[in-house]
Amino acid sequence: MPIARGYRLASCVLALATAAALSGCGARTGEENGDGPAAATIDTSGDTIKVGLLNSLSGTMAISEVTVRDALMLAIEEINADGGVLGKRIEPIGEDGASDWPTFAEKAGKLIQQDQVAAVFGCWTSASRKAVLPVFEQHGSLLFYPVQYEGLEQSPNIFYTGATTNQQIVPALDYLREQGVSSLYLVGSDYVFPRTANRIISAYAQAHGIEIVGEDYAPLGSTEFATIANKVEAAGADAVFNTLNGDSNVSFFKEYDAAGLTADTMPVLSVSIAEEEVKGIGTQYLTGQLTSWNYYQTTDSPANEDFVAAYQAAYGADKPTSDPMEAAYTSVYLWKEMVEQAGSFEVADVRAAADGITFDAPEGTVTVHGETQHLYKTNRIGRIEADGTISEIWTSGEPIEPDPYLTGYDWAEGLS
Amino acid sequence: MTRSRLLPLAGFALTAVALFAVAPAVLSDFRLSLLARYLCFAIVAVGIALAWGRGGMLTLGQGLFFGLGGYAMAMHLKLADAGPDGLPDFMLLYGTGGELPWWWEPFRSPVFALAAVLVLPMTLAALIGFLVFRRRVRGAYFAILSQALAAAFALLLIGQQATTGGTNGLTNFQGFFGFALADPLNKRMVYFVIAAALLAVLLITRQLFHSRYGELLVAVRDSEERVRFLGYDPALVKLAAYTVSAGMAGLAGALFVPAVGIISPALIGIVPSIQFVIGAAIGGRASLAGAALGAIAVAWAQTTLSEEFPAAWTYFQAGLFIAVIAFLPGGLASLRHHLTRRRTRATRPRPPTGTPAAEGAPA
Repeated sequence: MPIARGYRLASCVLALATAAALSGCGARTGEENGDGPAAATIDTSGDTIKVGLLNSLSGTMAISEVTVRDALMLAIEEINADGGVLGKRIEPIGEDGASDWPTFAEKAGKLIQQDQVAAVFGCWTSASRKAVLPVFEQHGSLLFYPVQYEGLEQSPNIFYTGATTNQQIVPALDYLREQGVSSLYLVGSDYVFPRTANRIISAYAQAHGIEIVGEDYAPLGSTEFATIANKVEAAGADAVFNTLNGDSNVSFFKEYDAAGLTADTMPVLSVSIAEEEVKGIGTQYLTGQLTSWNYYQTTDSPANEDFVAAYQAAYGADKPTSDPMEAAYTSVYLWKEMVEQAGSFEVADVRAAADGITFDAPEGTVTVHGETQHLYKTNRIGRIEADGTISEIWTSGEPIEPDPYLTGYDWAEGLS
Repeated sequence: MTRSRLLPLAGFALTAVALFAVAPAVLSDFRLSLLARYLCFAIVAVGIALAWGRGGMLTLGQGLFFGLGGYAMAMHLKLADAGPDGLPDFMLLYGTGGELPWWWEPFRSPVFALAAVLVLPMTLAALIGFLVFRRRVRGAYFAILSQALAAAFALLLIGQQATTGGTNGLTNFQGFFGFALADPLNKRMVYFVIAAALLAVLLITRQLFHSRYGELLVAVRDSEERVRFLGYDPALVKLAAYTVSAGMAGLAGALFVPAVGIISPALIGIVPSIQFVIGAAIGGRASLAGAALGAIAVAWAQTTLSEEFPAAWTYFQAGLFIAVIAFLPGGLASLRHHLTRRRTRATRPRPPTGTPAAEGAPA
């Protein structure tokens, strides 16, 4: 057989195989599958119920996400010690998202399809949430997302237990305005959350007569801030709104200090620095600077005393607790309450039972807003103290109704 | 027909059976979708085997072409989901002022998008190659240059959030040329398309390897000056291999999008570009089967090991890479040659075919 004939044969095989593959096609877009929207298969056999924990245990986000994993495990252990959910012990299945968005999507698929978990808890960055969202929607499964984020999203398959913008950024701006701030400098990492947050801040500023004197972005993980610090100093704003993430904050605050800027002359209000990050950056650079969250380790509530004590007993007395950890811890309890209210693990039943579910969280009582699947949360402006704790200096008082699309604010028109 | 010709054909047939009959039968939907993703990496690896293994160009920036193909496909799928005159969802959120950027407009056409998947990366590669190979940039300088381009492309995409989706990339695709991606049956179809693409790419590359052009490419790799003195233009020879390998990376990127459901700057920067090369290097850069299987094996090992030992995977991968470079520069595929050579050294010394002649030489 001449070689050319061999290849012709191979090509024929290939063509046939492709034809065979294409002939077996499924539903077209827009068509119904016949059995309505997909519903995840949940393994309810046996006396345990599986849930997925999806956090980055390696890569750049690991430093933050490992603490969330710890908080999730704490809640699961407490619930199991207390008799489980609907009489079943919770069996956590952990996966590593590796700070890589496609990996998050892959592991989400594994948890839903292979392990048939009842719900998944986790994700941190918006990019990882955006990557897993279609996976949860396609398979009709549930994700509990515990981190403050940029809003403008409302998936029926996600419960958002962190703050949306009107529970973190907008109150922070209200606070700054109350303090007489009339010009702002915006510094952020170059990704979705800071860019979206700064669009919202700019819209707010325009409507309230605050001048934005500068806006700078640094690549995620960047440590070169001498230029930005000098620009901030030269611009002479009343305050800086900081949406930098992770390690970048360390160099930013060092350069800020080196440029001779202090919390007294030009305070920095940060929305991504919690207790864990304060420890990493060093309090000498941060004392007196401001943060905006819904929870601090110092938040005064009986539930928080128990939470901090239990967490430190499990993971070490020097470990701080932070807002995303608290939101993660709360999310497991909220899921438990929803399941018990529904009397079922099925996603549709859980969602239907969600509206109005409350839980005495460490941050105070939180309530599920059924329509948006977000929580009513109280905003707290904090001041970073020399001992590394953050103390509350201002609060919105009442829990704020979640408004992910900022529909209740005139100035936000045209943002979404 | 000699044994050396029969063997690859038999291998090809076996691969076809494994991909089209065995894998769909034994793997769950989830594992099959993972395999689809690995096969995309294998397509990139075949291109690397051509450019690096045979052409001696260490392409550390294949992510650039993978990304171009991927984004071209993703842009079309996004526009198709949005419907005529619609805007992709992320643009509505992150703001382009309700206008579709002009450079998105042509991607509404499926024909244009499909053509762009190949033409965009190949044109860019031809342009880069023309500038670089003419000036006789080679070795480490070429590798660094290609890597820098991939990094620059990733940064560019991140900076243009309103029009490219920024770090989020493009995600959440509902349909694939009219077929709903949520339907497992269609997912399976995507897998078959990818498997067929891999087989086709293997076939084309093998044909190239065994053509006169293939001989010339190896000659350029091993002694560029001598080829020049013989009257050939080495720059053109290298340009062709580089361009074809870019086309393969672009194709892989385009197929990756419906299989995995996301394309983002995280998939096209320096780290993924190096990972593409690691797969090919471990399997054997000069061998087609070696490179393809190496890419699949490394990706599979990453999934499995990261399920078992989350943080250990990176170290394991690095260790494996170092071990292969230090002890087995031709990759696992050259193991056979090493073994047969040892066995037959006394009787019939025979140089291994296909593996780089000067293995220690700069790539």
